[in-house]
Amino acid sequence: MSAQRRTVQNASAVGRAGEARAGWAMSSPALAAILLFFVLPAIASLFLSFTDFDIYALADIGNLRFVGLANYERLLENPLFWKAMTNTLLFVGIGTPFIVALSLFTAMLVNSRWLKWRPVWRVALFAPYVTTLVATAVVWRYLLHTRYGLLNYLLSFFGVPPVDWLGSPTASLPAILIFVGWKTFGYNMIIFLAALQTVPRELDEAARIDGASWFARLRHVTLPAIGPTLLLVSVLTVAGMFQLFAEPYVMTQGGPAQSTVTILYFMYEEGFKWWNLGSGAAVAFLLFLCILGVTLVQLRLAKRSGAI
Amino acid sequence: MSLRRWSVTLLAALVALVTIAPLIWMVSVSFMARGEAAQFPPPLWPESPTLENYRLLFGTFGVGRFLLNSILISTLATGLALLFTIPAGYAFAKLRFKGRDAVFRLLVAALVVPGQIGMLPLFLELKAMGLVNSYAGALVPWLAGIFGIFLVRQYCLSIPDEMLEAARIDGASEGQILRRIVLPILTPIIVTLALFVFLGSWNDFMWPLIVLADQDLYTLPVALAANSRQNVQDYEIMMAGAVVTTLPVLILFLALQRHYLSGLLTGSVKG
Repeated sequence: MSAQRRTVQNASAVGRAGEARAGWAMSSPALAAILLFFVLPAIASLFLSFTDFDIYALADIGNLRFVGLANYERLLENPLFWKAMTNTLLFVGIGTPFIVALSLFTAMLVNSRWLKWRPVWRVALFAPYVTTLVATAVVWRYLLHTRYGLLNYLLSFFGVPPVDWLGSPTASLPAILIFVGWKTFGYNMIIFLAALQTVPRELDEAARIDGASWFARLRHVTLPAIGPTLLLVSVLTVAGMFQLFAEPYVMTQGGPAQSTVTILYFMYEEGFKWWNLGSGAAVAFLLFLCILGVTLVQLRLAKRSGAI
Repeated sequence: MSLRRWSVTLLAALVALVTIAPLIWMVSVSFMARGEAAQFPPPLWPESPTLENYRLLFGTFGVGRFLLNSILISTLATGLALLFTIPAGYAFAKLRFKGRDAVFRLLVAALVVPGQIGMLPLFLELKAMGLVNSYAGALVPWLAGIFGIFLVRQYCLSIPDEMLEAARIDGASEGQILRRIVLPILTPIIVTLALFVFLGSWNDFMWPLIVLADQDLYTLPVALAANSRQNVQDYEIMMAGAVVTTLPVLILFLALQRHYLSGLLTGSVKG
């Protein structure tokens, strides 16, 4: 009896060891890749930002010197860095509410109980999200053309004179935001839609019978019910707004008058156009701190308002 | 009630039309004769549709080469990503091994770090490995897909332990269990993950722009961006280029949209 139990225990111990071995064997290739191509470069970025890695160090690593915080100091004195910072914060500050509102509006529209052929509208509204960013940025550059663009043509029916969307320093940022909004709202819409479907219809119906206006129902019934989703979507949108690169690269090349240079665009030019990799790494690290900081503030605000 | 039904549907139709109008316009202009789109008011349809732009694109501009590069890189990225992430996702969900939960918590924390943070050191690292300016260099970020591991793990959690235990008692090795029992169950999430990686690598721009210096290696987005910075006046040919770049992924999405949308929700809401 006891011998038998011992064999069973041994067998299960062997099984356990085999399972653990298999666990490591199956996860280690992916973990090694993550370590080598994600974790290591991210940590190296911090070290790189304390060096003067440039085109000379690229040719001969012997030219590399440790410079402490000199890269950061020089960045803080660089007007173009501050321009990129301000532009990015404008994208975040204006773009996030704009895109979240647009996504929520379309999600509520598609969620409406009176809507027919729901799947058709849902796919059509989501389609821009899966298109190739560079391709649609090229398309929008022509849609926003001052003389031949469809947008100005449409606006002309309302008596609006032609807007030089991509050629004027004040219109270029809103123009890119219109494109980014068009490109990304479908993603948020799908997330909102899933949350809205969990809000009981009876709740909204009861408020409606009590005579609550559409806006009052939005504020007191819908929004509280989808609070956590609202937070998730705004965190994701903020992170996305901090990472704009291809949009200015294709549509405006950062211009006019550097009005659309974003942090990432600045980092790209610093690193791969001028080969100031040390300084570029410092930009990357500051970008990371910005995203982290804003996300933490959002979480704190959400906690205070009781959303999570 | 009926009036309400129609007004809501009409509004949705209008919003949907405005949303896809840029895509329809892109296709329409790509069939126009050269110079036709640069008029006021802007024409919506080609007067006499022509394939001339596409002929020029594949002939003079050699877009076939970029198309092949894109297909090759996206296909390889998809295959490699599946090979790396499926076993890992399964292991994190179902195999008990020391340090599993600690490692997984680290992966969760790593998700807040955007990939661009390490781009400059990654470039230097690949340069040292001799992978800059090669297909392999463009593929590397797709091996390190934390999101894919999450997606697979999430799905694996619903597999009953008894099923795996029974296979073990029958003497199946862990590898056999993964291949014969787990993989068939995972089919829907594999399709989803493959779709994500294929679309993601096809649409990716910043990394291929950095790592591929040789024009022969350009993917479609990189080639299109390079051209768009030069041929600003040639509306029609640029639209044809945009169609070639984005239509394959758009069609792929439309064919498999159910898988895409369900995966998107697993990844963001429950994840």
